[in-house]
Amino acid sequence: MKSLELWFLEMKDVFILCFVDDNRWEWLLEGFINSIIITVLAIVIGLFFGIVLAAIRSSYDKNEESLKLRGGVGFVLLKALNGIAKVYITVIRGIPVVVQLMLWYFVILVSQDNDILVAIVAFGFNSAAYVAEIFRGGIMSIDNGQFEAGRSLGFNYVQTMIYIVLPQTIKATLPTLLNEIIALLKETSVAGYVGIMDLTKAGDLIRGRTFEAFMPLIAVAIIYLVTVIVLTKVFSIIERRLRKNER
Amino acid sequence: MSANAFIKVTDLKKHYNGGEVKALDGVNCEINKGEVVVIIGPSGSGKSTFLRSLNLLEIPTNGEIIFNGTDITAPKTNINKHRQKMGMVFQHFNLFPNMTVLKNMTSAPVTILKKSKEEAEKKALELLERVGLKDRADAYPSQLSGGQKQRVAIVRALCMEPDVMLFDEPTSALDPEMVGEVLDVMKELAAEGMTMVVVTHEMGFAREVATRVIFMDEGIIQEDGTPEEIFDNPKCERLKSFLGKIL
Repeated sequence: MKSLELWFLEMKDVFILCFVDDNRWEWLLEGFINSIIITVLAIVIGLFFGIVLAAIRSSYDKNEESLKLRGGVGFVLLKALNGIAKVYITVIRGIPVVVQLMLWYFVILVSQDNDILVAIVAFGFNSAAYVAEIFRGGIMSIDNGQFEAGRSLGFNYVQTMIYIVLPQTIKATLPTLLNEIIALLKETSVAGYVGIMDLTKAGDLIRGRTFEAFMPLIAVAIIYLVTVIVLTKVFSIIERRLRKNER
Repeated sequence: MSANAFIKVTDLKKHYNGGEVKALDGVNCEINKGEVVVIIGPSGSGKSTFLRSLNLLEIPTNGEIIFNGTDITAPKTNINKHRQKMGMVFQHFNLFPNMTVLKNMTSAPVTILKKSKEEAEKKALELLERVGLKDRADAYPSQLSGGQKQRVAIVRALCMEPDVMLFDEPTSALDPEMVGEVLDVMKELAAEGMTMVVVTHEMGFAREVATRVIFMDEGIIQEDGTPEEIFDNPKCERLKSFLGKIL
């Protein structure tokens, strides 16, 4: 009994040392906010470019034959875009995100001094490749009859995509997209490599300053965990709401 | 038949695998305003391919389709404009599952014809009333029976005020007891003078409603005549044996 009491007292001291002294909890808060900013804006970039890439790739795959017959500039252009998209996805998926981050930070955007912005760009364009493949799978899984119905009503190809196919694709890919967002949130933990104060870096700083490893790292772990649980909950609510429409 | 037929098809071919498979092998045909043309034939005869070529859901490998005075197979033709005037009904309905019945019907007129939402909904509700589905306007397709879905698909196409309606085996995916309700709608449409091209196995419908019946086999039109000529006095051997099998 005595030892448990002692342990609690000790933990309390460590807690105060890690989070209260020097207002160190503010580091965690700042790091958390940075992690969220990077994740949210990166996913916006990733969704936007990912959908564009997916639209190019699936348009080519679906219409290769008929486009060849009709020929013309459209076919050449789409073929070129498809090639670029393929190379982009291959390159991005083949390089570790932390290497990409360092390339952006130390090479491509070396003159840019807003570190957070560099991280957003790096994670965003990384995520785009993964989102593109998620969406491409989603688009290809939509029954071809949906395209045909849209086209037969007079929608052009782009309108058919925007009004008919993509809304259905988003619904179908929601669980996989959530996976990508969760992965992205956790991937941002390497932002410390280029000196960005994200949540992980904040925990690590406290560890370095206090020589206490357990308390700050557990705190960081719990914050990530809770964030992911909240995200999952939010997505399942959205999903349920979208599904309700259909039954 | 006049020189300025409403739809004039000349030497239409659709080959796959570099000519190995000949789905259509030189179809010549004229369709005038107000005609109800029923296309019959064994499976694999090219009748669906022919119908789908009329609004370029299948891009022909050779031949010409003049619709309302324009060669729609010419690469510079804006096919979307012409498809607005050609309503299409599919075997598998192809309703948009993420939209209500009303939204299914109004999305094209609002987006493409720039109709106001109120105007489009008014028209849609009128049409729904005519096919006895006004009370299902806010339902989703998954809540409808097959016959109801197909009736919605027909009025969805009618919302674009087409000049011709193409039906691709509209009753083949229906339970037998629902075939009648769909055929009734089609009969009514024919009685109003709508130009219709119908691929079907419903010989009763062909006999009763068609102004002309076309028998296709092996990618070409084998026989073309009034229902009486086709059903009561078949000339070619293929048609005789086809009718022998199905009647």
